[in-house]
Amino acid sequence: MKKLTKPGRISIVIAMLFLGTLWLFPMWRIDLRAPQYPGGLSMQIWLNDVKGDVPIINGLNHYIGMNEIKKEDFREFIFLPITMLLFILLGIVVLILKRKLYYYIWTVLFICIAAFSFYDFYMWEYNYGHHLDPHAPIQVPGMSYQPPLFGYKKLLNFEVLSQPDVGGWFYIGTGVLLVAITIYEWKKK
Amino acid sequence: MKKIFLPLCFVAAIASLQSCKMKNTAAAVQGDADSKVYVAPGKYDEYYNFVSGGFNGQVSVYGLPSGRLLKLIPVFSMFPENGYGYSEETKAMLNTTNGQIPWDDQHHLELSQTNGEQDGRWLFANANNTPRVARIDLSTFKTVEILQMPNSAGNHSSPFITENTEYVVAGTRFSVPLGSEDVPISSFKQNFHSTASFISVDKNSGNMALAFQIVLPGMNLDLSHAGKGPSHDWFFFSSYNTEQAYTLLEVNASQKDKDYIIAVNWKKAEEYAKAGKGKKVPAEYAHNTFDEGKQLATSVIEHDVLLLDPKDCPDMVYMIPCPKSPHGCDLDPTGEYIVGSGKLAALIPVFSFSKMIKAIGDKQFEGDFQGIPIIKYEAALYGEVQKPGLGPLHTEFDGKGNAYTSMFLSSEVVKWSLKDLKVLDRAPTYYSVGHLMIPGGDTKKPWGKYLVAYNKITKDRFLPTGPELAQSAQLYDISGDKMQLLLDFPTIGEPHYAQALPASLIQGKQVKYYDINKNGNEFVTLGEKKANVVRKGNRVDVYMTAIRSHLVPDNIEGVSVGDDVYFHVTNLEQDWDIPHGFAIKNNPNAELLIMPGETVTLKFTPQKQGIYPFYCTDFCSALHQEMSGYLRVSPKGSNTPLKFGTGVVADTSAQK
Repeated sequence: MKKLTKPGRISIVIAMLFLGTLWLFPMWRIDLRAPQYPGGLSMQIWLNDVKGDVPIINGLNHYIGMNEIKKEDFREFIFLPITMLLFILLGIVVLILKRKLYYYIWTVLFICIAAFSFYDFYMWEYNYGHHLDPHAPIQVPGMSYQPPLFGYKKLLNFEVLSQPDVGGWFYIGTGVLLVAITIYEWKKK
Repeated sequence: MKKIFLPLCFVAAIASLQSCKMKNTAAAVQGDADSKVYVAPGKYDEYYNFVSGGFNGQVSVYGLPSGRLLKLIPVFSMFPENGYGYSEETKAMLNTTNGQIPWDDQHHLELSQTNGEQDGRWLFANANNTPRVARIDLSTFKTVEILQMPNSAGNHSSPFITENTEYVVAGTRFSVPLGSEDVPISSFKQNFHSTASFISVDKNSGNMALAFQIVLPGMNLDLSHAGKGPSHDWFFFSSYNTEQAYTLLEVNASQKDKDYIIAVNWKKAEEYAKAGKGKKVPAEYAHNTFDEGKQLATSVIEHDVLLLDPKDCPDMVYMIPCPKSPHGCDLDPTGEYIVGSGKLAALIPVFSFSKMIKAIGDKQFEGDFQGIPIIKYEAALYGEVQKPGLGPLHTEFDGKGNAYTSMFLSSEVVKWSLKDLKVLDRAPTYYSVGHLMIPGGDTKKPWGKYLVAYNKITKDRFLPTGPELAQSAQLYDISGDKMQLLLDFPTIGEPHYAQALPASLIQGKQVKYYDINKNGNEFVTLGEKKANVVRKGNRVDVYMTAIRSHLVPDNIEGVSVGDDVYFHVTNLEQDWDIPHGFAIKNNPNAELLIMPGETVTLKFTPQKQGIYPFYCTDFCSALHQEMSGYLRVSPKGSNTPLKFGTGVVADTSAQK
């Protein structure tokens, strides 16, 4: 089996450091703006928590019958940190064994985790946006309130912007780095 | 033809006279005034202007330079709009030794200072009628303390403060006997006194305490200001009616050519008080404080006061003759010049602090007033401003060596130089200016950009509104050599003195809502699940919550005629500007405005049976109209079971 190049080994350390930022910064942010909220409202999704103006957003959501956003309802906040921690530990194994193949497997694993996370995030948004209380005070026929996965959307009087936060950008950076190095390693054989 | 010619000549003569009459507004306003007061939508004013409300007992807050009304702060008057003085939590704020007094006459304001500069912590307000001094917190714009003054009446020369807010003063305008002696009015000279009260202010909490009262002869203390810089240790009061008249003061108190500026060495007074030179006498007065943690006002009746008699305390009080019933008593930013405005005088005397000290040292006295040494007029005089105008009242300073005096009779503001006492400029006011105000204009550090004249007569300034008109104020730009009239704006109540500070001093520390986890109200309801109705004898406590857009409970049964029902409403919101209101049909009480995180209590004693709707009065949300409920009041002695809830719909078939 081919050995990892030096850039390959360095990239593992960088990737692990990048992923470490997930414990320091939020991954994702959803910003809301409406005429009555000149300063805007903001919700930050962390690896293990959801923070920001959640109580205010919940207060507003009750009009349209959305479920309350509560930290306790997300199993993700338990699984996600464990998954990321295991992934980082696997990185150490790859670093010790220095095999290209393991590096490729590590990258594929990352892509799988990322893809599943996005799918899970989408489903979470879908469920919140569609499963509405049938007795809600405000009911707009045909209207659902799924926030955008990425980007901008107008929901009634609110403009919603969904985008990665600091930790999320490092996460994306990790993916780009791993794929780029994988190609580099592949060509270097 | 001749018959017509003569009247025509007369008309022409009158017309030509018209053209040279006094300046009208059109002539007084220059072209770019509009752009100087235009505050574009979404932009903020540069200054908060706190304006006394006079007979409305409140303080109004305007933005400058726009003149827009931002808020009314209830201080000495009950305020049904938000329940101040009506709610169980705030009733005690207006308590006095004569029970709850729902009104007062609020004349003067003073912002707290540190080193003679505004520090943006508190605003002090006086009550003239039932002597009281209030403190307003500038992070909540709420009245948090009111202290009643014993041995006084007509608390006019108040609430002026020393440079580090060590003391707030209160002075007697209507001399009265000490205590409540029953004496003939004609015994004024023997039995009536004025007092200069010194209220200490706690550096950290702001809490006030009546430290001592200096007992002065019967006369009318009018206005005052503390010294600063070199004159730090001194306080100055103007006086009138040193004739000691007790009837037809208009004539009888205007006989003497000179009354006095009273100079009080408060540092010395403080030492005498500490050294036990004073006399502790019984005196009852109310001390009301609002505890932000408990969200509750409590009233304590104090029982004694320390009196200092100038006879026992040498070198503590002096008098300086000042022409013709002086009104304003103002110190320039350096603390050297004391401007006394004799309201019936044709000149403005300016006294020199250093000359006064020298005169005291040299014993240049011209006698005494009931034992208080009178300094020779010339010995303390720096100079006189000649022909400044008619009816000088008050003077403020721009920090650039200029003074601005309001002229009530000639209806103008006159700018003059402190250095050579020469008149530099005059600007008409509409009409008959009383107080004037430059932001920081009575401190060491004036912000000499604007001047506001608070006028006593309005007449034709705004669209007429029947016989009772708003008051008028005028804003001037004083940054140049000439004063420029910028704006007319109506004010409410009757403004007397005012204060203003740069918005940046307090804008950032405004409380947006109260943290519900720190709500220490005895009757707080932390969450809808804790909502409750508890009966104890004929007292019923309703623990109610309000959140968009429902009240819990919103159906209450089991209350009878004659019960005392206390609605303790907790606003569960935790966001800026989401207050809820609360009112009950036929309640001979006011409504409540409950800020987010706050608990406020409204009492209702139903007199008649029936169904009483209650509802949120503040349009809080899209479903505000739905935010209501019902109270069932059963006849006295009925045994309707206590029942309450929200969202519980009864089975209708069972009720038939």
